[in-house]
Amino acid sequence: MTTIYDQGRPGRRAVSLPEPSHPEAEILDSIPTDLRRRTPPRLPEVSQPELIRHYTALSRMNYGVDTGFYPLGSCTMKHNPRLHEDLARLPGFAGLHPLLPAEECQGALALLWEMGEYLKGITGMPGITLQPAAGAHGELTGMLLFKKWLEDRGELGARTKILLPDSAHGTNPASAAMVGFSVVSIPSDRRGMVDLNALKQALGPDVAGIMLTVPNTLGIFEEDILTITQLVHNAGGLCYFDGANLNAYLGRARPGDMGADVFHINLHKTFSTPHGGGGPGAGPVTVSEALVPYLPVPGIARGEEAYHLDWNKPKTIGRVHPYFGNVLVIVRALAYLLTLGDAGMREVSGGAVLAANYLKAKLKGTYKLPYDRLVKHEFVLSGEGLGHGLRTLDVAKRLMDYGFHPPTVYFPLIVKEALMIEPTETEPRETLDAFASALVAIAAEARERPELLREAPHTAPVRRLDEANAVREPKLRLDL
Amino acid sequence: MNPYLPHTPDDIREMLATVGVPDLDALFADIPPEVQRRNRPLGLGGHDEQAVHGHLTSLAERSTGHRLVPFLGGGVYDHFVPAVVGHILSRAEFYTAYTPYQPEVSQGTLTWMFEYQTMICELTGMEVANASMYDGATALAEAVLMAHRATGGRTVLIPRSLNPHLREVVATYAWGAGLTVAEVPYDAHGRLSLNGIPPNACALIVQQPNALGVLEDLAGLKDRLGKAFLIAAANPIALAVVEPPGAFGADVVVGEGQPLGNPVAFGGPLLGFFATRMEHLRRMPGRVSGQTHDLDGKIGYVMTFQTREQHIRREGATSNICTNSALCALAATVYLAALGPGGLRRVALLSYERAHALADQIATIPGYSLALAGPFFHEFVVRCANPEAAVERLRREGIAVLPPSFLHPLGVRDGFLVAVTEKRTPEELDRFVSALRRKDR
Repeated sequence: MTTIYDQGRPGRRAVSLPEPSHPEAEILDSIPTDLRRRTPPRLPEVSQPELIRHYTALSRMNYGVDTGFYPLGSCTMKHNPRLHEDLARLPGFAGLHPLLPAEECQGALALLWEMGEYLKGITGMPGITLQPAAGAHGELTGMLLFKKWLEDRGELGARTKILLPDSAHGTNPASAAMVGFSVVSIPSDRRGMVDLNALKQALGPDVAGIMLTVPNTLGIFEEDILTITQLVHNAGGLCYFDGANLNAYLGRARPGDMGADVFHINLHKTFSTPHGGGGPGAGPVTVSEALVPYLPVPGIARGEEAYHLDWNKPKTIGRVHPYFGNVLVIVRALAYLLTLGDAGMREVSGGAVLAANYLKAKLKGTYKLPYDRLVKHEFVLSGEGLGHGLRTLDVAKRLMDYGFHPPTVYFPLIVKEALMIEPTETEPRETLDAFASALVAIAAEARERPELLREAPHTAPVRRLDEANAVREPKLRLDL
Repeated sequence: MNPYLPHTPDDIREMLATVGVPDLDALFADIPPEVQRRNRPLGLGGHDEQAVHGHLTSLAERSTGHRLVPFLGGGVYDHFVPAVVGHILSRAEFYTAYTPYQPEVSQGTLTWMFEYQTMICELTGMEVANASMYDGATALAEAVLMAHRATGGRTVLIPRSLNPHLREVVATYAWGAGLTVAEVPYDAHGRLSLNGIPPNACALIVQQPNALGVLEDLAGLKDRLGKAFLIAAANPIALAVVEPPGAFGADVVVGEGQPLGNPVAFGGPLLGFFATRMEHLRRMPGRVSGQTHDLDGKIGYVMTFQTREQHIRREGATSNICTNSALCALAATVYLAALGPGGLRRVALLSYERAHALADQIATIPGYSLALAGPFFHEFVVRCANPEAAVERLRREGIAVLPPSFLHPLGVRDGFLVAVTEKRTPEELDRFVSALRRKDR
């Protein structure tokens, strides 16, 4: 791959700029010598046509939702409506400075307040902060809320453990650790659900709470959810729900009705905002009554005549974001929510769960299905037993040759050679059929022509990349 | 019909038959019935595209602040964003992709990340950069946590002149991790005044320029810190003309990357950049793109050193960060590539020149002066007897500056902060000065 540094020549520039009133050298000289930069940063020097060609070429080596089916489990790669992109660029949102007085920002504050009210309703929880910039940031916020709650009750020194099902996303234990909690893993039972006996044994006066993903990363709804949350509450702990999988029951059930104390919503997943090549997302957090006093400041409040910032939270954990959160992501998410309404939200979860169960039904005769149950929005196959020493990774790479983005692989950790498939509700049935056919064809290739898998991909911009070499000989920037 | 849902009633019927259930509700039989019974709809109907467009547009228009001429800073700056940036960002192959877990179909993302890392290293004078954090504030907070992990120290030294919003976020993270915050005062010039270093210090934060707009002198700071980290939070535009913290031995350089091609966006999404030295690589949070080769020896890029990250290391990870601010980092990459070294220097010098021209003019108005004698880049504190009245007078003339309360946590109650970028024209500077000169009617 050539980089932008391989393009252009010294002296080229892709944009014209105003002239200063004095010669540049003169202005530079007025910067005190001890502060002045001695060597300029080495940046590319390209004309505009070269710039556009380079980044257009790069874009064509990328696979996105607009390119094709992207069944990346736990990531909810659904269609990104185009209306939202226009709305997020409106000057009243994109051009508004966050430190203007509230009276100059009434529309943006109204947007945030409105979204907050809807998300409280959708989750059935009475308090919200829109500050977290991503799901993991919401988790961190939740763990800080746990800590503040414990501190307020004088239990901080005693309750130091967070229980985590062994199917949890890696962000959960990492978030708990950032707030100084130790992590205790709770095994899953044969159903793929939390082992209730193990949970009962782990609960005690040293437990701060549990982090649950509902449905879990096997795509299985915790049927004992009410028992689990009751057990934790009875033991004096709190319940964190990872909302990465909200798409599975949007509009049909509410975490607040299941006993959640903290819930984060990945707006970039359930509410269809673009994933941006890795971000930005948004991870608003809703909380139960007990945790409302500890929410980050400022909150957004509606007075009789105007919206204002609410600083009146003496027990707050403080700020987790320098301003109000990822507002332009929230603009998109609100547009999506208004388009859907109640009926549309039920259609979304209905369509997502139907697509996942449909694909599972079509594939379970071909691939090992470790947990054969009704699933929600995603399911997990195993690439074990493909023969010829082939692995799930080989299947994933071969899928690229069929024009598909691979599913999430090797996660959750409790399934060997996992293939975690989340189709979402926005894929036509024909696409689901074609994807199933491709996986069936690949299983046949694995038996008959294993080298096709082992050397895949054959049609991607590069062949299989040497990841071990990238660590052995780290090259993390260009030598200029 | 919902325009985003392709399933027709026939599709649904046939798919249900394949699954072997009678209706959609049967797919939710595993959710306890009492939970489903407690569900309450919002009472919200669906809306057509025109109606949604109308509602969001009316919200956008209800704000008035974006129509004022902004002399606003405080961490988020109104620089000109060249058209090429928005057009490249609109390539859906970039913005509808996710984290490049599968490198063979993500070479576009991984290549620009590698370019971005190179550019951030160049700007900051550091050896390695990650592929972005949420914003400058959380990048700074994560740098403090990294310093704590590396040194074992539990006290972080925070200057009183640090942007109060950054300070609050750092304080939240520090409290979470059980760290203590100690304040470092500033002198009459507005510059950091470092006395002793507590023995259990993990880091000293220095902001360049600081929240008063003053450029700090970083020379010799690192030598005074012992094992504690020198963490700099730098403005990336200033780094075009100001010696980068890397040259003064900084261990970590972070900052708010929003000025590089991203809108002010009511404060989000933003872009945290994070750079450090190779010796600290394995303690660094966030994604990193690294160069390698494919089976044919062709150069390609992968996410590397993933054993630092949460999806591999779980509770032992260097951070919990997963989703970052990638698209904003792409904007920064295209912005820096479009400007080049000369263009970036021009933007910095224009901002500097215009800020100083305005400051000089304001200082000639009776009752107004510059609060601090220290050198500044493009932001400065104006001292006056009644800053609230001055700010209100500017607002009546269609000019926005930060509310004076922004400076209260810094101990300044007789002034307001003014930021000037290359976007502010000479006519707008004149308007600013005339507004302050005008006697109240």
